[in-house]
Amino acid sequence: MANKTYNADLSRRHFFSKAVAAAGLAVAPGVFLRQVHARPSDQAATSEQRWGILIDTNKCAKGCDSCVTACMSENGWGDINNSEEKSNAHQKAQWIRKVTVKDKQTGHVQSLPLMCQHCENPPCVDVCPTGASMKRADGIVLVDKHICIGCRYCMMACPYKARSFVHEDLENQKVVAPRGKGTVESCTMCVHRVDKDGTPACVEACNADNHNAMYFGDLKDPNSEISRQLKEHGGEQLRADLGLNTGVRYQGL
Amino acid sequence: MAGLLALPFTVQAGDAPVPEVPKAKEKATQEYGCVAPTDYMRKNHMSDLMHQRDDTLREGIRTSRFSLAECINCHVTPDEDGKFARFGEDEHFCSSCHNYAAVSVDCFSCHRDTPEQTDYQHTFNTGNNPHHGKIALKGNKLSVETLQVLTEGEQQ
Amino acid sequence: MKNVQFMEIEGRSFGYLALLGILGAIILVALGAWYVMEHNGHYVTGMNNAIVWGTPHIFAIFLIVAASGALNVASISSVFNKTAYKPLARLSGLLAIALLAGGLMILVLDLGRPDRLIVAMTYYNFKSIFAWNIILYNGFFAIVAVYLWMMMQQSMNKYSKPVGVAAFLWRLILTTGTGSIFGFLVARQGYDAAIMAPLFIAMSFSFGLAIFLLVLMAAYKWTGRPLGDAIFRRLKNLLGVFVAGVLYFVLAYHLTNLYATEHHGIEAFILRDGGIYTQLFWIGQIVIGSLLPLLLFYHPSTAKNRTLVGLGALLVIIGGLIQLYVLIIGGQAYPLEIFPGKEVIESSFFDGQVAHYAPSLWEVLLGLGGVAVALIMVALAVKILRFMPTSLADEDVDPHHSA
Repeated sequence: MANKTYNADLSRRHFFSKAVAAAGLAVAPGVFLRQVHARPSDQAATSEQRWGILIDTNKCAKGCDSCVTACMSENGWGDINNSEEKSNAHQKAQWIRKVTVKDKQTGHVQSLPLMCQHCENPPCVDVCPTGASMKRADGIVLVDKHICIGCRYCMMACPYKARSFVHEDLENQKVVAPRGKGTVESCTMCVHRVDKDGTPACVEACNADNHNAMYFGDLKDPNSEISRQLKEHGGEQLRADLGLNTGVRYQGL
Repeated sequence: MAGLLALPFTVQAGDAPVPEVPKAKEKATQEYGCVAPTDYMRKNHMSDLMHQRDDTLREGIRTSRFSLAECINCHVTPDEDGKFARFGEDEHFCSSCHNYAAVSVDCFSCHRDTPEQTDYQHTFNTGNNPHHGKIALKGNKLSVETLQVLTEGEQQ
Repeated sequence: MKNVQFMEIEGRSFGYLALLGILGAIILVALGAWYVMEHNGHYVTGMNNAIVWGTPHIFAIFLIVAASGALNVASISSVFNKTAYKPLARLSGLLAIALLAGGLMILVLDLGRPDRLIVAMTYYNFKSIFAWNIILYNGFFAIVAVYLWMMMQQSMNKYSKPVGVAAFLWRLILTTGTGSIFGFLVARQGYDAAIMAPLFIAMSFSFGLAIFLLVLMAAYKWTGRPLGDAIFRRLKNLLGVFVAGVLYFVLAYHLTNLYATEHHGIEAFILRDGGIYTQLFWIGQIVIGSLLPLLLFYHPSTAKNRTLVGLGALLVIIGGLIQLYVLIIGGQAYPLEIFPGKEVIESSFFDGQVAHYAPSLWEVLLGLGGVAVALIMVALAVKILRFMPTSLADEDVDPHHSA
């Protein structure tokens, strides 16, 4: 193959790819349009952003579990994927769950999704002996399953029971969510989506169903929708007394 | 180590059975070329993957060149019936060598060993995927000269 | 005082070989149980996402805590200069190493990824008390090995004391670290308490000495070597003090918790409403593990009866295992307080509910395997090297003994 031909192919490709990219941007779902400048894939996450989720429990319906189902579809856990068929109900992983609580004094009943709270001072990160439990620069708390030894100490330490242990061999994992026997896992805030300017599956599903009870965005950007919501209507942490400064906040609790 | 690894491939019609390494996707190799020369890949893929896994998971760097998912997409191809070999079977790309060399591989206890048919999204904005050869091959650090060598040299 | 003579045991009798055989068989069965757990995954065990540490951890932590306490006898002789304990120091060091080895074996084999042990030993998060413990446990092996060397080689005897002091301090830090594994957990109502560290120190004294006493009695009975009353009485009385010490810390822990309204939930659970955990606490930990042994050790009608005192030591051990069961599993079974002031009426992840746990056979076998490893190490070591004095009869050891 001649040198010239290859170069010509390259420049032709340049033109077409730019055109396609422009067209793609125009027709891509709104989530792509919101932030035009993506973080290039060869750049690391930085602390200039801190990702957070805000949940309005007043809008969260008791019987609805769109967020849970969306997370299962995205990440490959749960009964809709027939994941972990040998484990019993207490052993199967749950990355997010719906909880219904009743105030003991007032009798007021509320519903809310509960997942990893992506704390700023995560106890799970503190206790992990190998450093597998980690907090990324942009605030997302993850398990580095490459070095997780499966000691489950982080599961002891988490105040929200956010973490699960995989009790059996798995196969047909989703590409975006590797998971395996003997390691610990939890909600990743759909980091694979966030890194490509997407929204976590739970938030996307909640909004797609028009419940609009969940917001996702950059807590450090005062103009992001989540920051404005927090400023106007507030947002509480679960177990605020622990001083963990969670990235997930709740309204109406 | 590399010498030992290369040995089976240099012995001709010899005593030791040579592993049959499945061919990568035809379309990919012809149009876009390979990630790196075969010798380089054989010698270095483990350290590149080890490096990449930390980049991706801990830093959020999601370049495609040494992405495990991209390796799978290209190298794990379906047979005539459209079925994929699974890791552990000799027909799977990774196992074909790793079974032969008896070197265990930990990746697939967690990672998917076949391309994901329906859900894998190729997004537009990532500029560094050699398989979508576009504006920035600069992210790959593949110079034109290297490409020349690749496309004109031998490919497995 | 005569010079104490140390001699290997003969180790040729049928009884000795049978002992090795039985312990070896238990170890093989335990390894088989481990294979089942590792190959299939933890779904075969009783552990789950709520009770993440189960029976293997009970045994492991018991052995690790006891290991540090078993060194006490040697420390008393080297650090506190009580010459009466000197003949026992070598066996004490040996037992410490053996118990720790058994405990660590269980812990490592229970890991979700035991193949990544190298990772655990090379990647350290120094904020994690668990990571510190890994360093402390390995250092313990090294220090006690050196300590034994100082004691067993005549020319190095002069260094016994400084190394002994180092070993003593090391093990205090180690046990503080072990207790802090729980004490540092802010999330759980039953843990998050500074008293965990001194409680574990007290437990180590008690469990370690109970095991030491039983091993000593068995070793001397089965080899026909004399074990005098002087030593026996000293150890018995010391053990009684330690058992009382543990009881004190348990009391302080619960009384403090009972004072704080915030902790009424966990206290009610352990002390009254927890079903099996409540029964184990009162009957197992308090009566069997503390009160009965104290009675047996100090009551005039039983104090001089070796069999009954030995039984008391055994009850301390059983009570100790039960205490750890209540602490570790009971502490996990009690639900997390995620929504103070609210009750959970529905959750797919069993929030707000007392968690289920039933020990599986595999876990128990693995735990027993660790115990067997510790015992077989002692049994083999006393045959290979000179750990045991030929006589611990009163006239041979007690400097103040009048014939």
